[in-house]
Amino acid sequence: MNANVISDQMNKDFVLAVEGLTVSFDGFKAVNDLSFYVDENEIRVIIGPNGAGKTTVLDLICGRTKATAGSIRFKERELTRMKEHEIVRAGVGRKFQNPSIYEDLTVFENLEISYPKGRTVRGALTFRRDAAVKERVQEVAETIFLADQLDQRAEYLSHGQKQWLEIGMLLIQDPELLMLDEPVAGMSVSERKKTAELLNRIIKDRSVIVIEHDMKFVEDIAHKVTVLHQGKILSEGSMAKVQADPKVIEVYLGH
Amino acid sequence: MTTSAPTSGRTFFLRPQDMIGIAILAILLVVVLPLTLDNFRLQFVGKYLTYAFVALGLVLCWGYAGILSLGQGVFFGLGGYCMAMFLKLEASSVENTKIQTTPGIPDFMDWNQITELPLMWQPFNNLGLTIVAVILVPALFAFIVGFAMFKRRVGGVYFAIITQALAAILTILIVGQQGYTGGINGITDLRTLHGWDIRTDAAKTILYFVCVGLLIACILLAYYVKSSKLGRILVAMRDKEDRVRFSGYDVASFKVFVFCLAASLSAIGGAMFTLQVGFMSPSFVGIVPSIEMVIYTAVGGRLSILGAIYGTLLVNWAKTSFSESFPELWLFGLGGLFIAVVLIFPNGLAGLWQTYVAPRLGPLFGGSAKRAAAPAVAE
Repeated sequence: MNANVISDQMNKDFVLAVEGLTVSFDGFKAVNDLSFYVDENEIRVIIGPNGAGKTTVLDLICGRTKATAGSIRFKERELTRMKEHEIVRAGVGRKFQNPSIYEDLTVFENLEISYPKGRTVRGALTFRRDAAVKERVQEVAETIFLADQLDQRAEYLSHGQKQWLEIGMLLIQDPELLMLDEPVAGMSVSERKKTAELLNRIIKDRSVIVIEHDMKFVEDIAHKVTVLHQGKILSEGSMAKVQADPKVIEVYLGH
Repeated sequence: MTTSAPTSGRTFFLRPQDMIGIAILAILLVVVLPLTLDNFRLQFVGKYLTYAFVALGLVLCWGYAGILSLGQGVFFGLGGYCMAMFLKLEASSVENTKIQTTPGIPDFMDWNQITELPLMWQPFNNLGLTIVAVILVPALFAFIVGFAMFKRRVGGVYFAIITQALAAILTILIVGQQGYTGGINGITDLRTLHGWDIRTDAAKTILYFVCVGLLIACILLAYYVKSSKLGRILVAMRDKEDRVRFSGYDVASFKVFVFCLAASLSAIGGAMFTLQVGFMSPSFVGIVPSIEMVIYTAVGGRLSILGAIYGTLLVNWAKTSFSESFPELWLFGLGGLFIAVVLIFPNGLAGLWQTYVAPRLGPLFGGSAKRAAAPAVAE
């Protein structure tokens, strides 16, 4: 009982508190007794070798994968018991590794669908594209460098533009916790620079979890880095601290 | 900053080219065909149009939402049976059936030693309740099936196979429960609707126009759904279901909705079929008619509301003329047509129209260069 009270008090300041999180696929523990905490307005980068369980952690937080054990508390709500769309409505946004956009719709329509209104069947039937919606879409489109492509079908965008569009779709939801899975993967150098600039602008006033391999990029944005290895935390702290950690060096050089 | 037509807030749900398309269809069905066809042929068109309701539902459910149902005959049949039950009760008045052991019940019940009208049949003494049942019974059935499947994330081929199984099950059930359903013969010898004889040529002409009116109303409804945000969510779901789910939508509820809507549309068609043709039987419920209905939609263009209507009319017209001369070849023809559609023109006749004809006709027919380059959903 006492322990619970203490743990509740400890969690209060954190936006996200992951404790004892475990998921096993046919006995293989992809994530094993993982605990970490994300502060308000913190940018946390998760790095680690392939198969370390990074994407699985995001899947667990957003409800795509069900945890075998442990808890994920977001603003004092237990996410492990909620459905995916409820987690989104609670304020968690997630970008997938490959650009996940609606190719058959225009850029405007892509953004509009993510606008947090009319999310029920009835709401969607009676949804009106009013001035507020148009203004917000325009605003986000400008942020993601796509203001002059609003009427373009999304399939005609370049790879980098598709990534931006998906980031824009999250942005329009205005989530309190934003999770990005390799946002600069497969981008050209100039696109990468623009994306870093974009991310730096949008991560204000929210907590962000980023999975990324690009160390230069990580160094630029991370407040704190968590290194995962075989489903467990290998090291955690500032970029400098993590880079100096002999265990991290061994794992990375070992690969 | 380019905020041109599509984004600058369409206040009305029909674009000019949609209105022209609907107007042309309406003129064809209301003026041209009645003036050029004799009564006999016009009644055939009326019958074809009842399948167009099913095709309309399939455009929304399959074309837009990507949910292929191979069991739409179930809903067509449920609607048709609801109407047939009402008409049969009216035709089975005590004086009409006084030679029976139990007068006042449908003849097939009497043959099956049933001596009292079953509870299931009671509501169909009332026309109002019957009309409600035509719409709601299939929708409720679709809701139960859809809820069970979509909440468990059953989709794609698995869903199609299950709907096909349902079509088979319902057929077997109807055939097996002869005393309650009329069995393999169906419900026949329907005569009057509230005392109005539906078997005369004049009545059939009137029913044809009622059918056209209802179809146009349903087309408008389909356009409304398509142009609402819900319509775009359906397309988004078909493309990236997970992205929609992780944008805060309960994907299953949208699928259930569109499946129920398609079911109700099919049922209206079924009810109109019963009224115009004068009977309903399990042969319109099973697997073969269900698949034929999918083919009508595919030929017309599963992404085009109006295309599916024309597809239904053309395939049925071809079926009637072909099977008059080469009855045994028709099924091969139909199969070949389906393969051709899938391989050569996946967006059906509407796709051909948008690629080759519309660009030459100008923007009023949806023929701007941009749309022609993207026929898939632009429609």
